[in-house]
This record gives sequence, C-alpha cells and structure tokens, in this order.
Amino acid sequence: MDYSFFIVSLVKTAVVFAALMTTLAYLQWVERKVIAHIQVRPGPYRVGPHGLLQPLADVIKLLTKEDLVPPYVNKLLYVGAPFLAITMALLSISVIPFGPEIRVGGTHTYMQLTDLNIGVLFVLAVSSMGVYGVALAGWSSNNKYALLGGLRSSAQMISYELPMSLAIASPLLLSNTLSLRELVEKQSGNLFHWNLLSGPFPQIVSFIVFLIAAFAETNRVPFDLPEAENELVAGFHVEYSSMKFASFFMAEYANMITVSSMATLLFLGGWVAPWPAKYGSGLVPVLIFAAAGAIALYHGVHASRRRDTLSFPVVGIVFLGVAAFFLLPVVQEWLLPLFWFCAKTGGILFLFMWIRGTLPRFRYDQLMGFAWKFLFPVAMANLLITGLAVALVS
Amino acid sequence: MDLILFLVFGAIALVCAVNVVVQRHPISSAVSLIGVMGSLAILYLLLGAEFLAAAQVIVYAGAVMVLFVFVIMLLNAGTEIRQGQSFTVQLLGVPVLIGLLVLLAFLGRLLSRPETMVRFGDFHGGGPKAVGEALFTTFLLPFEATSVLILIAIVGAMVLARKEMD
Amino acid sequence: MQQVPTSWFLMLAAALFTLGVAGFLFRRNIVTVFMSIELMLNAVNLSFVAFAHQHRQVDGHLYAFFVMVVAAAEAAVGLAIILTVFRNRGTLNIDDVDSMKD
Repeated sequence: MDYSFFIVSLVKTAVVFAALMTTLAYLQWVERKVIAHIQVRPGPYRVGPHGLLQPLADVIKLLTKEDLVPPYVNKLLYVGAPFLAITMALLSISVIPFGPEIRVGGTHTYMQLTDLNIGVLFVLAVSSMGVYGVALAGWSSNNKYALLGGLRSSAQMISYELPMSLAIASPLLLSNTLSLRELVEKQSGNLFHWNLLSGPFPQIVSFIVFLIAAFAETNRVPFDLPEAENELVAGFHVEYSSMKFASFFMAEYANMITVSSMATLLFLGGWVAPWPAKYGSGLVPVLIFAAAGAIALYHGVHASRRRDTLSFPVVGIVFLGVAAFFLLPVVQEWLLPLFWFCAKTGGILFLFMWIRGTLPRFRYDQLMGFAWKFLFPVAMANLLITGLAVALVS
Repeated sequence: MDLILFLVFGAIALVCAVNVVVQRHPISSAVSLIGVMGSLAILYLLLGAEFLAAAQVIVYAGAVMVLFVFVIMLLNAGTEIRQGQSFTVQLLGVPVLIGLLVLLAFLGRLLSRPETMVRFGDFHGGGPKAVGEALFTTFLLPFEATSVLILIAIVGAMVLARKEMD
Repeated sequence: MQQVPTSWFLMLAAALFTLGVAGFLFRRNIVTVFMSIELMLNAVNLSFVAFAHQHRQVDGHLYAFFVMVVAAAEAAVGLAIILTVFRNRGTLNIDDVDSMKD
C-alpha cells in the first residue's frame, strides 16, 4: 500500500483547513473595517490593536452563548440544516487550486486538495446542494417569518444559478476543459492570455454576469433581502443561536471565498502573473510589502498617539520582513503564484465588501425579475456569441 | 475498497428509499429522496459515469428535489392519515411486491454476464468529452427534441400554476 | 475483494424499483406518490449506467441523461398540476379527488 498519498493529502487538508478557518474569521474583521472606513468611522478598534482580536472575541461569544433548541422545531432538520450549509460550503474549497506543482521534501504534489476532471461541475453541484441548508432551516424553524425568508432566499439562489452556469460555460468554451487546474494552465502567459481578455471573444460580459450572479448566490448586498436584519425579522436564521447561527455565517463567508476563487480561476488566470516572471513580476509583492512597511515605519516614528509608537514600527518591520522573504529564490516558486492567486481573490472579496458598503438592496420582485428577464438572456446571448466566435476561428 | 464503497452507499440508498415510502410527512420523504440521489451519484462515480454523477447532483438533487421541497413547503402538506386497506390488498400486496423484486433481480442476473466486475477506474469513457461527443453526433435528434420538450414544460407549468386574473 | 459484480448493481436497482412501486401503490398523499415515481426513474437510471459499464459504451449514460431531463420536465408540470388540484379541491389525498368516479 502506498501510504505517502494519504499522508500528503492529510497534511494538505490540515493546512488548507487551518488557513481557511483563519481566513474566514479575519475576513469578517476586514469586512467590518472596510465598511466602517467607507462610512467614515473607525470600525472595531478596542479589542486588541486596531481590533485584530475582535474575531477571537466573537468566536468566544458565539461558543459560550446558550445553544437553545426551541421545543416547537423539527429537531432533525433544525440541527441538520446548518450542518448541511457549512459542509457544502467547505466541500467546494477542496477542488480549488492555489498554485502550481511544488516539491516538498521528496514528493511532488499539487497545491490543491484534489484535481477532479469535472472540477467546475463539482463546484456547481455542491453549491446547488447548499440551497437545502437555507430552505430546510426556514422550514424546520416552524415560524412564518423564517419560512418566508427561507423560501425567498432559496428561490433567489436557484434563480441565479442559471445565469451563473451560463456565465461559467462561456470561458469553458475558450479553455476546452472542465478541470480547474488545466483551466489555469491554459491561461498561462501574460495578461492577454487570461480568459477575461483573450481568445476570439473577450469574456468581459460573462465576467460581469458571473459577479452579479455570485452576489445573489451568496446572499450578499444588493441581493440580501432574505436575510437582512430589518426585513422579515432576519429571515431564515431567526430561530438559531450560538454555534448554529455561526455556521450559517461561516457558510456565507466560505461561499464568498469559493465564488471569488472561481471568478479568479475562470476569468483572471488563477495564479498566473500579469507579465511573466522573467520580466520582473516577482518584484511586485516585494515592492508592495516594502512600501507598506515603509509607510508603517514612517507613521510609527511620527506617531500621533502614544500607543502607536510601539505598534506601527512593529507592523512596519513585519512587512519589511515579508518583503525580504519574497526575495528568497527557494521560496519564490510556490509563494509567488500563491501571492497572485490571493491578490486576485482578495481583490474580488474587497469588491464584495465595497459594494456592501455602497449600494442599497433590491426589492424581492425586482431581484427575481432582474435574474429572469435581464441576466439570463444576456448570459445566453454571450454564450452564443462566444460559441460562434470559437467556431469561426477554429 | 470498491466493495466497501458499494456496500456503504448501497445500504444508504436502500435505507433512504425505505424511508421515502414509509415516512408520514412528505418533507421527510423528500429529504430521504435527496439522500437516495446523493448515494446513487456516488455509485455512478464507481461505475465510471463522472459527468452523469455531476449531472445527477446538479439537475436531480439540486433542482428537481428543490422544486418538490418548495411545493411541500408552500402547500403545507401535513402528515398523512393512514386509512385501512381492502382485504385483497392486505393479502396480496406484499407477496406481489416480493414477486416483482425476485423477477427483476433474476432478470438482472440473467442479462449481466456474471464474470463482469466493476472496478473503479475501469471505464474511462464516461467523461464530459465522450458524453458531449455522443450527445451532438449520435443523439442529436433526442437532444433537440428534449430541448423543445423542456420549453413546452416551462410554458405549461407557468400557465397551470399562475393565479387567475379575474 | 476489490471488485463488485455488475449483477449486484442491478439487484440494487431492482430493490429501489420495487420500493418505488410499493410507494406508488400504497401511499395516499399525491406528493409522496410523485416522489415514488422519481425513485423508480432513479432505479432505471442506475441499471442503464450499470449496463453501460458492462458493455463499455457511453450510450447508457446518454439514455440515463435523457431520462433525467424528461423527469425534470415531468416534475415541473406534475407539480404545477398538484398545485392546481390543491387550489381547487383543498386536499392532497388522492382518495378525495374522486368526483368523476361513479
């Protein structure tokens, strides 16, 4: 029996899981800070330096809250629904490739938990199953508001799955493969090989359709009517408390990470740098971190508050250390692609948060009409034109 | 390993199927049917039908069953009151079903060559490429016909389900 | 011990089909009857895929795919009919919708 495959997979699973859980917690911190700064206020500030321990405080609060199971709920479905939601949300991360093949010790392995040759279909399938978490949560709560919120939310999710699938199908015509790793490998080169800007028909329209459908799939503003606090008494999760409530929110952030990663892989070239490494794209992260470190050191020296004389120089030195770390050639072969992947995914996540702080929300009938009467025909027209362009060229 | 996978997911499929038939509330039957479809998707993967497994989860478990769950939630279908059955049904019901099961199992054993074994990775022709090629060459007419069928079903369902404008 | 005979898949399909027939004949709630029909269709799909594996052809997958598509269309129309029946008769019990019986 060849055990090295199992051991390598276990190690990769542990690493990805740990990184994902930390990212989920700190993504919420980033979101609160971004929205706060859009609204010209400081955001979480008191718990730890600049609120960095706020996610930890939130986790402790959620874990120690009373986990109430109301007596009038359907117990099996009530407990099973958040479990289903978080399972499906985390399962779709298992096929996302973070980088190219790397060599650790003596083994070659991909920076991906598993490479299915139907990877895109797997992500679509798992997100279709995620609808049940919401619908069954709404039903099992035995509450009119929860039921209405759950029905609305799941109807919204399945309606927007259609334009999303069609928007996914268009770059697949250009790349000719369903495996996520091969999808990125076919976009290698430079900026103009990315599916967004390449091929016989640049996929700009389908990128925008995919992003809009992704906002609706993950129930984010401007499509978050079913779960906003002031609509329908917070929708389908009104009867949930403590860890089950936290599961729904973790599932929402994990879904956000999944759709941002899918947008990066399908349209923005995954871990491929905008221009090849031999022309110096390896220096971009070094410059960014060095600039951030220099700014932090400058503000540390000319501090306006007394406590900043310690925190800012420490942050500055850490950033300069990271910049120097990027210069090591032995680290560059796996860290640079990972940096580009995280930068692109992070950019799309920032877009999610930016739009949350800026736009008002749609009314439910406007939302459904938009999906069926506008997005779906546009996505279908884009698919037809892409197919025509590919057929004419080849 | 394949044997364990088959036994586990076959058992899950059977238990969920029994649950579909036995449960009194339709929503429990619906959730059990989703379980059946999920385990069948894993069995399709064992048989090398990777595209079909994904299509089963996306179309069947992820769209058709959502439709069922919506209708059950909208209609608020309550639990079923078990009514008595006629004497003939009580006498002959279960034996006839067992007879049907034996007949089908016998046919299955007859039609499958007994030496064929299923091993994961035996059959590589079930990928999206092979299915796509067959779909657009050999099966083009059924493909176009089912497209029209889906269109008819959409229009029919919308006409049937809308509220009357008085 | 690593392999499964194809006939076991067919026997599983036979068992699922029989359970579907049992649900179809014995249950009184119209939605449950409909779900038993879907169970029967799934059993047939499993047997198609098992035979496709045995003959090493992809045609069985295509038949199963078309069965899936037709089942989706049938579910849409059937559920719309169920909604209409519920709106007009107020019941989901198939024994109560017998006003055309003599």
